[in-house]
Amino acid sequence: MTFHAAHGLGRRTGAHLAGTCAAGTLPWFARHEFRLAWRDWLSMMTAGRRGRERIVAILIALFVVFAHLLAYYFVARYVDVGTEPDKPALVVITGTALLSWSLLTSQAMESVTRAFYARSDFELILSSPVAVRKLFAVRIGAMALSIILMATLLGAPLVNVLVLRGGARWLGAYGVVIAMGATAAAFAVALTVALFRTIGPKRTRLVAQIVAAVIAALFIIGLQVAAILSQGTLSRMVFLESDTLLALVPDIDSLVWWPARAALGDLTVLAVVLGTSLALLGAAILVFSGRFGEHAVAAAGVAQMGGRPARSSGFRRASPMRALRVKEWILLRRDPWLVSQTLMQLLYLLPPALLLWRSYGEGTGALVVLVPVLVMAAGQLAGGLAWLAISGEDAPDLVATAPILAGSIVRAKVEAVLGCIAVVFAPFLVALALLSLYGAALAALGILAATASATGIQFWFRKQATRRYFRHRQTASRFATFAEAFSSISWAAAAALATGGSAFALFPAAIAVGILFAARAMSPHKL
Amino acid sequence: MTVPCSALEIRDLVKRFDRPAVDGLDLTVRKGEFYTLLGPNGAGKTTTLRMVAGLLRPDAGAIRISGIDALEDPVAAKRIMAWVSDEPMIYDKLTPYEYLEFVAGLWGLDTAAAEASARDLIGWLGLAPHAHERCEGFSKGMRQKVALAGALVHDPRVIILDEPLTGLDAGSARQVKTVLRERVAAGGTVIMTTHILEVAERMADRVGIIAGGRLIAEGTLDELKLRAGKNHANLEDTFLTLVAEQAVAA
Repeated sequence: MTFHAAHGLGRRTGAHLAGTCAAGTLPWFARHEFRLAWRDWLSMMTAGRRGRERIVAILIALFVVFAHLLAYYFVARYVDVGTEPDKPALVVITGTALLSWSLLTSQAMESVTRAFYARSDFELILSSPVAVRKLFAVRIGAMALSIILMATLLGAPLVNVLVLRGGARWLGAYGVVIAMGATAAAFAVALTVALFRTIGPKRTRLVAQIVAAVIAALFIIGLQVAAILSQGTLSRMVFLESDTLLALVPDIDSLVWWPARAALGDLTVLAVVLGTSLALLGAAILVFSGRFGEHAVAAAGVAQMGGRPARSSGFRRASPMRALRVKEWILLRRDPWLVSQTLMQLLYLLPPALLLWRSYGEGTGALVVLVPVLVMAAGQLAGGLAWLAISGEDAPDLVATAPILAGSIVRAKVEAVLGCIAVVFAPFLVALALLSLYGAALAALGILAATASATGIQFWFRKQATRRYFRHRQTASRFATFAEAFSSISWAAAAALATGGSAFALFPAAIAVGILFAARAMSPHKL
Repeated sequence: MTVPCSALEIRDLVKRFDRPAVDGLDLTVRKGEFYTLLGPNGAGKTTTLRMVAGLLRPDAGAIRISGIDALEDPVAAKRIMAWVSDEPMIYDKLTPYEYLEFVAGLWGLDTAAAEASARDLIGWLGLAPHAHERCEGFSKGMRQKVALAGALVHDPRVIILDEPLTGLDAGSARQVKTVLRERVAAGGTVIMTTHILEVAERMADRVGIIAGGRLIAEGTLDELKLRAGKNHANLEDTFLTLVAEQAVAA
């Protein structure tokens, strides 16, 4: 008896295993991809714990209600914009769409890069006797669909409010959202593949991550910088509605405004915008799916490439704690991808820095904006660094078997985080001190509080993992993620109010302390 | 009661997860001995060694390393012990040389002596051509050698290894075995788990067999054969016979 016969495998064909689709066909691959995507999403939402689906569903429902209320607040005033809008309305709608598109493109680039470098099932697929082009076509399509879905989910509250208040013509906005998702995915695939071909697989991973982050930040920062330089404010909307910008943009009948017109319900324009976007996506799939497998193989080979030689200057004397601190700093410095992931949020400090520079000699009004931005950024950066130092230990056994007390290990790692925060924020504090000593002192206190809080939360919710899981650190504990974010926000609010001289600063500070106590109480680790 | 000249003494060791992983284990390893722990999958070998290394806290029992109570004074115990796991955990972004410098710092070693020891180990293990390259592109064998160098650089009296030869090519495996035998010849103690019974047969002074979280047999190869009633059998036959007997008895 053969193995297949003995195990009854001969009776089960590929088609049976994958449902009603014939094995190796596009629908069969699509079914496979969507099953994986669904399980990934579910695992991300529930942090891999069973029985949480109901809670997640309730939380999503609450979020949807909250998002609609928020959307009502923001877009209610645009409901009455007619199908023949004026220039300011077109500028605001187009500016908002471009802002969203840059974020979608960034997200799509992340997905494409991840698909290249996550080896996962590539070896199985490439060694199987199927047309890999089909699978990669489906895979690119699935990425595009996930981007479109994300755009639709995020845009839905805004569009729904507009439809409810302004009529069905606003449904065209959904078409524009889909078009934006499709073009973002097509652009991201083309850009990532172009990077791959020009600079090679070894550098593409890092460069693509940085480009993705810069694309996401560029438009927001660009608008803020323009707003600061022309209007003296950080507000993007003030700039979008300003006469300075209106004088610079094309005339009202330009093609540039077609997406905005499509969103406003011009069906002919909508058909053209949507059709062109989907055609672009189709072309990207057609052109790039054939070479996707080759690029994935090349990316997989990166791990086998030799490391860069390092200098040798003899052993330096170090206490165990100093050895740990130095190790953390070396690892951080030598991992440009991690540096880009953690420090990229500092890009958002550029506009406040510009505002700070512009504010010299113009009083301390800008401090109310600057101090909370610095505090918030410090909290976020400290959270990432603390995860890397405390949870992201690549040699946990070595450190745990070293003759050092566990408390000393943690202390050394926390000191490494504080050292990084000090290096990053010291220049800002010095600059602030030149503007206002009081403001600098408040910022320093806020940065310290936000850093200590984020580090404490990461410590209480530590979960051993290697550094490569940095991207997924939020899924380890939803509570820790929210606690970290809300403590940073609370400290930033307290710093803003204190800078403005308000005694109400005590309230957000009390909330931040309350969050810390709650995190401590819910922590799985007590020290 | 403390056994004189024992490198490791385990008494009534218990660790439960969802079921007992180690269930009242008693074990003694003498100083200067190459001791191999064998057992089927899930027998409790790795759990036992992780408790000895201080990576897991036992639910009950006592562990003494060269007379030091490892549960009462873990720092002192760790100072004279080294741990190498089957999956070499090293830092991709450090070079072997920097890794050993970090280990020397963790163990608070004298800089000059540690550096000399590191250079020797790098040479012995054939890592010299790659000593200043980052470990990120290293094969599993090279990574295991770096981990082993890290375990040896602080000159431990007791070395504990969990499946150190898994996935190594023949050349790397021979180098690792040679280094371990040299440590034993120099008076060190090696405690190792392995599934490769030929290795245990050739290298071990004594072999312990664990099943169901308990030590079911222990002794030299000849003693174990005698116990299994298979005087002319190899270790594989002996091991399988003893484990099968235990399964029947359980």
